[in-house]
Amino acid sequence: MNVRNGGQRRVAITGMGTINALGHDVPATLEALREGRCGISQLDFRDVERLTIQIGAQVHDWTPENYFNRQQILLYDKFTQFTLLAAKQAVDQSGLEFQGDLGLQSGVVLGTAGGGLNTWDENYRVVYEEGKNRVHPFVVPKLMNNAAASHVSMEFGLRGPAFTVATACASSNHAMGLAFQMVRSGATKAMLTGGSEAMLCFGGVKAWEGLRVMSKDACRPFSANRNGMVQGEGAGVFVFEDWDHARERGAEILAEVVGFAMSSDAADIVMPSAQGAERAITGAMNDAGLKPEEIGYINAHGTGTAANDKTECAAVAHAFGHHADRLMISSTKAMHGHVIGGTGAIEMLACIMALRDGIIAPTIGYEEPDPECALDVVPNEAREAKVDAVLSNAFAFGGLNAVLALRKA
Amino acid sequence: MSDEMRTRIREIIAEQAMLEPEQVTDDATPEALGIDSLGMVEAIFALEEEFDISIPFNANEPEASEFDISTMGAIIAAVERLVADKAA
Repeated sequence: MNVRNGGQRRVAITGMGTINALGHDVPATLEALREGRCGISQLDFRDVERLTIQIGAQVHDWTPENYFNRQQILLYDKFTQFTLLAAKQAVDQSGLEFQGDLGLQSGVVLGTAGGGLNTWDENYRVVYEEGKNRVHPFVVPKLMNNAAASHVSMEFGLRGPAFTVATACASSNHAMGLAFQMVRSGATKAMLTGGSEAMLCFGGVKAWEGLRVMSKDACRPFSANRNGMVQGEGAGVFVFEDWDHARERGAEILAEVVGFAMSSDAADIVMPSAQGAERAITGAMNDAGLKPEEIGYINAHGTGTAANDKTECAAVAHAFGHHADRLMISSTKAMHGHVIGGTGAIEMLACIMALRDGIIAPTIGYEEPDPECALDVVPNEAREAKVDAVLSNAFAFGGLNAVLALRKA
Repeated sequence: MSDEMRTRIREIIAEQAMLEPEQVTDDATPEALGIDSLGMVEAIFALEEEFDISIPFNANEPEASEFDISTMGAIIAAVERLVADKAA
């Protein structure tokens, strides 16, 4: 049972960590997902009064001083801080120590879209608005998109592959897919993977306002009266580990990663394509050797925009045929917001909860059925259900699609 | 409102749609002129910049927005109203 698909290694998830608007760790987040709690509120940061969009799923009560010393805070953008906190939780849970050979055989691949966007924002303000001609020496090492991955590698001694993937809203899924492939192929024994985003600052939200796809009042995925997405922030980090390695040391296996596929629409920079999404969904099932009937739950991309939700439902309906009416599909973005490059990582928690705990996180904010989204979207309340296999969808601006398949451990 | 202003609005929309201003007739719909949702967002931005106004428009629910984009005539009238409100 240790290998599958012609000699490939099996991949276990042995640790998970997070910080997001729903909680500063996994238990708090899972409780909020079970209760259908909404993490969206009035945004609180400098110049927010100049924004048209003033709501978001912001991490509240964040005091980096509780986790990092003064020198570290000077060097870590918020997206790195979030990542390091989530990574520590994940590694602690896994029980792995990366001294010696294991460190050489392990790495980190993370997703982010904006990287150190708060650092860009603060320092542009200093030089343009305040007219200063000098910036702090750590601006570049703080803002670079690979900063979080590099600090994770240093913190835990991961000396194998380490890099960052930036594919907008699919970044985390692409990152986790690559980590999965590396462990499955035997290239690495363990990978820290997932992603983070900290884009809730004046410049970050102002940029999104320009596209006019943001909601001013709420995120209502799949609901006929939905009127746009709501941004969130946070991180999710997981330990993907060679199955035999995990079994031999007696680690608790939270779920098994069994498939991954990616596709490109090659069509439009912002409008999604049902065909492109469907190819990634079908591809992930094929890669996993799963039949459509075996999938019990899909964590949707479900942004709450007019375009995404109907396109995603069309893709799922086509990919699953009759089974589309039997499976459950929910978007948890109405709770934790759209965490952009980190969103797939936070949504992975809902997938693990479905498989391990038999609880399906709901689509909250659901008010009116939409004939173009006529699937079981688990409206407003969590549901108990036994599922053996799940998918996690991510479809990014740029037409980049990435879908992961997981199985109960 | 002045003809000059209506002409300027037509020019701005025409530029976005890569058409001649005369083709932006009052009864033309965005679809008929080949203006998709991203094109409409661009045109609205250009109109806001030109006249220093804020146009209430959400690409997710164009029909529910206070800003009527069903035809070019409706857009021109709505921009005129916003400019007049600003002056008032």
